[in-house]
Amino acid sequence: MTSPLDQKKIKIAGPVVVTANRVGDGAVVYRSPDGGWTTELGGAAVVIDADSARALAEAATGDDLNAIGPYIAPVKVLPGGHVRPGNLRELIRRSGPTIDLPALPDM
Amino acid sequence: MYIYDAFDRQLLAERVTEFRDQVARRLSGELTEEEFKPLRLMNGVYLQLHAYMLRIAIPYGTLSTLQLRKLAEIARKYDRGYGHFTTRQNIQFHWIKLAELPDAMAELASVGMHGMQTSGNNVRNITTDQWAGVATDEIQDPRIWAELIRQHVTLHPEFSFMPRKFKIAVGASHRDRAALRIHDMALRLHRNAAGETGFEVMVGGGLGRTPYLAQTIKPFLPKRDVLSYVEAVLRTYNQFGSRDNIWKARIKILVHDLGAEAFAKEVETEWQSIKDGALVLEPAMVADIAGRFRYPNYQQLDDNPPELNVARRSGRSFDAWMNNCVTKHKAPGYAIVTLSLKPEGGTPGDCTAAQMEKLAELADRYSFGEVRVGHEQNLALPHVAQRDLPALWRELDAIGLARPNVSFISDIISCPGLDYCSLANARSIPIAQELTRRFRDLDHQRNLGRLHINISGCINACGHHHVGHIGILGVEKNGEEFYQITLGGKADENATLGTLIGPAVPYAQVADVVEDIAAAYIDLRQTADELFIDTVKRLGVEPFRERVYAAR
Amino acid sequence: MPLVENGQIVQDRYLYVGDEESMPDRVPAIVTAQRFLTNADTLIRRDGSLGVRWPNNRRIAELAPWLGHLTLIALEFPKFRDGRAYSQARLLRETYGFRGTLRATGDVLRDQFHFLIRAGFDSFEVKKPADARVFAEAASRYSVVYQPSADGRIPALRRRAQHASSDAAGDARSFGDPPERI
Repeated sequence: MTSPLDQKKIKIAGPVVVTANRVGDGAVVYRSPDGGWTTELGGAAVVIDADSARALAEAATGDDLNAIGPYIAPVKVLPGGHVRPGNLRELIRRSGPTIDLPALPDM
Repeated sequence: MYIYDAFDRQLLAERVTEFRDQVARRLSGELTEEEFKPLRLMNGVYLQLHAYMLRIAIPYGTLSTLQLRKLAEIARKYDRGYGHFTTRQNIQFHWIKLAELPDAMAELASVGMHGMQTSGNNVRNITTDQWAGVATDEIQDPRIWAELIRQHVTLHPEFSFMPRKFKIAVGASHRDRAALRIHDMALRLHRNAAGETGFEVMVGGGLGRTPYLAQTIKPFLPKRDVLSYVEAVLRTYNQFGSRDNIWKARIKILVHDLGAEAFAKEVETEWQSIKDGALVLEPAMVADIAGRFRYPNYQQLDDNPPELNVARRSGRSFDAWMNNCVTKHKAPGYAIVTLSLKPEGGTPGDCTAAQMEKLAELADRYSFGEVRVGHEQNLALPHVAQRDLPALWRELDAIGLARPNVSFISDIISCPGLDYCSLANARSIPIAQELTRRFRDLDHQRNLGRLHINISGCINACGHHHVGHIGILGVEKNGEEFYQITLGGKADENATLGTLIGPAVPYAQVADVVEDIAAAYIDLRQTADELFIDTVKRLGVEPFRERVYAAR
Repeated sequence: MPLVENGQIVQDRYLYVGDEESMPDRVPAIVTAQRFLTNADTLIRRDGSLGVRWPNNRRIAELAPWLGHLTLIALEFPKFRDGRAYSQARLLRETYGFRGTLRATGDVLRDQFHFLIRAGFDSFEVKKPADARVFAEAASRYSVVYQPSADGRIPALRRRAQHASSDAAGDARSFGDPPERI
């Protein structure tokens, strides 16, 4: 969970995606194969070598109008092709805080 | 509390207009994120893990019920129905959309609120003790001076692009309830031997990767010179603070590198050339600002009215609350009531819109329409008549704001951590929540007494872990969350940085470790009255280290 | 990079002269700090206005003895986030009384115009043409200022003190007025 803001070198230890935050609302998005962005991890482009990762990240960095701060994030690919977040940080980014948000009681 | 005038409102309106334009230019692509980021930061707009976060300033922690109701409205309309009170007397909303921000800001401006300079490399919210204006031991309301300085540094043309952020705190009592010495600059109002009131000026405090406590560079500064001296300090910092390395850019590094004496001399030279110029604070200017602070028309009431004592005797819970949450007020017959935002299993500092609305109602009825926010992430009602305390307690209890755990082990200060924050290495909130469950028993908490736990999810130390009696710092090791434990930190007039007790412990063991530390304290204390922090001071951390690491 | 002065895009009267180039005859010229300090005595005697480009990491005090001979000083914003030149500008205007042209160069964007003017700049090498075109509008965005600065505008604190009694009573009703009990 070291902040990816400190990433300098590209190290690939397995499958990765490129992820960022959407400009309009800050929502977590993933770079999709068609060069767009999706909020669904399942729709993300998954790459497995450093060169592809670099290319994906560079293309994403040029899309400043739509996404902020793209970086390379690890994922796990399960048998059957399901993609899961590769560490706790990415899990939290995809699924939200691990705690219950304060209730909206109708007090 | 301070009443905005036409000038203040005009400035806010112009600020909102400017920001609306900046957002539009960002969304159209005219501004890149690199260009936009410092601009949005100047309005308190962060980007976090899941969304934008808006940090709204609550100058010196004082809120009117009108403002509190507006915050509830913002929570409902633009966020997810709750807000988070921070360790700098601000409030944060964690789910804001950029495109909706100008409208949210316009609504906030309508009640004199804003996010100006709650982030960015400028002067941030100026904090004071949350009992300012009603405490029994202060020599003057420090908020008047905080407001004078606040205005001076707002949209200051010279100090909006400094090496790093700059945090100022103002105090007016010997007891330090505002954590003065962990600030970049602190001003403490006091009387000198001749009986004159003036400021002790301290600079160079700050936590984070290299924590330092502030040092006194000016033992006595006359009131008339406050703005010019602040100006001289900021100008020295702006010119000579490091611009190369973000970790060495705070003023604490400059003061440390130059030495306090050399730094003070540099400031003095600059100050001598400006001290009698346009920044002299004339009595009329001070009186004008002081006059804009509205104080309640207190009734003539007696302390300890009979109905209060009856209520205390007939209800153990009410009595416990009285002992824990109610503090002496400078006006006879009145009291300061602290509201714990640390429920069992809850997130420290969070408050729902419904609670805010209900609290506003109660503040109108019982506290002259005013609420305070403390850096411990609790709230306060500053003007409650003692005879109203029983009725108030029942109503607070009904909305979950009467837990008598203030200053106890479950009154935890915590940053949002990895659940929200993009800077974090580990989670902090679940740790806090588990601790509130382990220590849910109030009798046990009372037995442990005053015991401050501070939790930070990364080295930036927004949870102020360095100055916690027990400090907990989240770190990452091989993809797992680990926590360093420190003991013996203090944030008051005897400010101290805590001492690390040993290697970091994994997430699942933190609550057990804290239980071991608490148990060790019970065994080691000389008397039941010896506070935890004093036991640590007396014995050092060694006996605690042994206990914690014996079986680990 | 368009140059803005007096609210308009203008042609630069000055020529930036490199350290190895010879000084042009009678044309207003801007030299580097390095060159100036090495040859100050000669340069100040030249026929024609003289300007200096001063880096943001050198004290203004070093330049102070020469201010009477300079018609322009160019200060630098390597990145707009680096705000050292704001302090330099105010020192020049307010401590040293420099009355010549004070030029902002480097990463100069529209969102800093208000601050730059207040700090005492009156000449702007604006990074983006679009920003240069809206200079007048961006520069006048704020009608209220809280602190005195090089531009001489009267800060709110003083304006208030002048209107003390009339303003306070009227406005005190507007915000979070405590309820009936008071």
